Amino acid sequence: MSEQAVAAKADMEAIRPINVVTWKDKLAAYKKRPLSMFLLMAVTVSAVITVGVLGALVIYILANGIMNLSPELFAWKYTTENVSMLPAIINTFLMTALSLLIAVPIGICSAIYLVEYAKRGNKLVSIVRITTETLSGIPSIVYGLFGYLMFVIAFGWGLSFFGGALTLSIMVLPTIMRTTEEALLSVPDSYREGSFGLGAGRLRTIFKVVLPSAVPGILSGVILAIGRIVGETAALIFTSGTTAEIPKSLFDSGCTLAVHMYKLLSEGLYTKQAYATAVVLLVMVVIINAASGKLAKKLQAK
Amino acid sequence: MTKVKERTMHIVFLVAACMSILAVAMICLFMFANGVPAIRQIGFVNFIFGKTWMPGANKFGIFPMIIGSIYVTAGAIIIGVPIGLLCAVFMAKFCPPKLHKIMKPAVDLLAGIPSIVYGFFGLVVITPMIRNTFGGSGKNILTACILLGIMILPTIISVSESAIRAVPESYYEGALALGDTHERSVFKAVLPAAKSGILAAIILGIGRAIGETMAVIMIAGNHAVMPDSLLAGVRTLTSNIVLELGYATDLHREALIATGVVLFVFILIINLLFSVVKKKGAK
Repeated sequence: MSEQAVAAKADMEAIRPINVVTWKDKLAAYKKRPLSMFLLMAVTVSAVITVGVLGALVIYILANGIMNLSPELFAWKYTTENVSMLPAIINTFLMTALSLLIAVPIGICSAIYLVEYAKRGNKLVSIVRITTETLSGIPSIVYGLFGYLMFVIAFGWGLSFFGGALTLSIMVLPTIMRTTEEALLSVPDSYREGSFGLGAGRLRTIFKVVLPSAVPGILSGVILAIGRIVGETAALIFTSGTTAEIPKSLFDSGCTLAVHMYKLLSEGLYTKQAYATAVVLLVMVVIINAASGKLAKKLQAK
Repeated sequence: MTKVKERTMHIVFLVAACMSILAVAMICLFMFANGVPAIRQIGFVNFIFGKTWMPGANKFGIFPMIIGSIYVTAGAIIIGVPIGLLCAVFMAKFCPPKLHKIMKPAVDLLAGIPSIVYGFFGLVVITPMIRNTFGGSGKNILTACILLGIMILPTIISVSESAIRAVPESYYEGALALGDTHERSVFKAVLPAAKSGILAAIILGIGRAIGETMAVIMIAGNHAVMPDSLLAGVRTLTSNIVLELGYATDLHREALIATGVVLFVFILIINLLFSVVKKKGAK
């Protein structure tokens, strides 16, 4: 190699592309700007705390709970000895189904009215908007009190499963309404026009064209609602009661898993069982969240 | 025939739409009709500003509970808002898309965990930690603030993240082009523009914290007296209802419902603030 070539090579190596920033450059830049460095650290630390808290909670409960899961906890009948949570688990499913059975049709129908029927600037629409917003801000204990006053006392039902379901269905109504509304709004107008153009009436258009294409969006709202119902405690204690049995009729008392867990904790004797219950609740919530995540992905892919 | 069907369904939809109005009306009616007479009987001033809650002696003053609710809510905001806001900034402007795919479900899961599970976690983890550090029973305002701070994180994060993402990219690019660093561009140009969305997030967080029941009841100590320090036990408006409604009778029961009315009024005010802020943001 000639001397010239060696010098040229050395030159080439000394030249660094200016559009590449190495870690060293970044560090040097941050050292010059302490505020930026501090901000970067602050946001990173906050994110780590957030994920860390979640991780700590999930791992702690799983680690302590799984070994406390025993077959007696899933016995068919609840006794004070086995403290079985199976009736409460079944009740949770029943409560979810019953509340959705009431809330979903009402929620969907009212969203249909808001999107498909109401004219622009309709006064009723703005009132409905305000009331749904109010409903979604009301804490669950106020729902519980209301359910207690209306269904337990005024209607004279006593602690009843049905009263609890009605209370919860009012509670999740805004969630279902809002998501359905968004789903209906995202259906392109050309679908409706096409359907009208083929001679279909308004009703047929809604049920055959608009609703089917809004199903994933509606489902995501339903899943959100399921999550709230499964985790709900305060609204149920005084409406559906704390009896750890599967109700024989709609007007019997029966507790869901979350209420069952509250009872275990407030009696203070069953910490092990409470751990096990927490695991089951957590697993339910994780499954519900995974389902809603998957659905959201599907919606985005569209 | 079809015309009749169309007509009836139109009415069905209309009735369904009115259901939420009916629900709010019924809730207001039942709460106020059952609570207001008790307040009148006890006396408004005695009820709101009375410092002793002794149902056995017919003393119904909920001031300690109002203060308790305000303290734990303020504490939750002090802890939850900075962490939540910074985390939202991280998710919107700092984190690579791959990491975002993990963070987002994590925050959603944090929002989905039932409050009773949070309460249990507070009881078996945070309470002993506080007890070992500061002594006492470990069930006090500080514990409640920490747990509630955690519980409002997902609300704060998701609402402020979408507010930050809604700021036009040109703001950020403009600041960057003027020579600011990435961090300064985000904090000095983007965040101020997302102000009203962030404020809405904080108000929602306040609403969640003040209405939280099952978690607070586990860890706040539940003493119905005026708290004198951060390490004193408190009872909030919400826990007062759950603790005593099970066995209360007569005026005691009505006083508890009136406690619910006070909470309800707080919530209505917060809701009103929220919609005002949102409207301002939309302009």
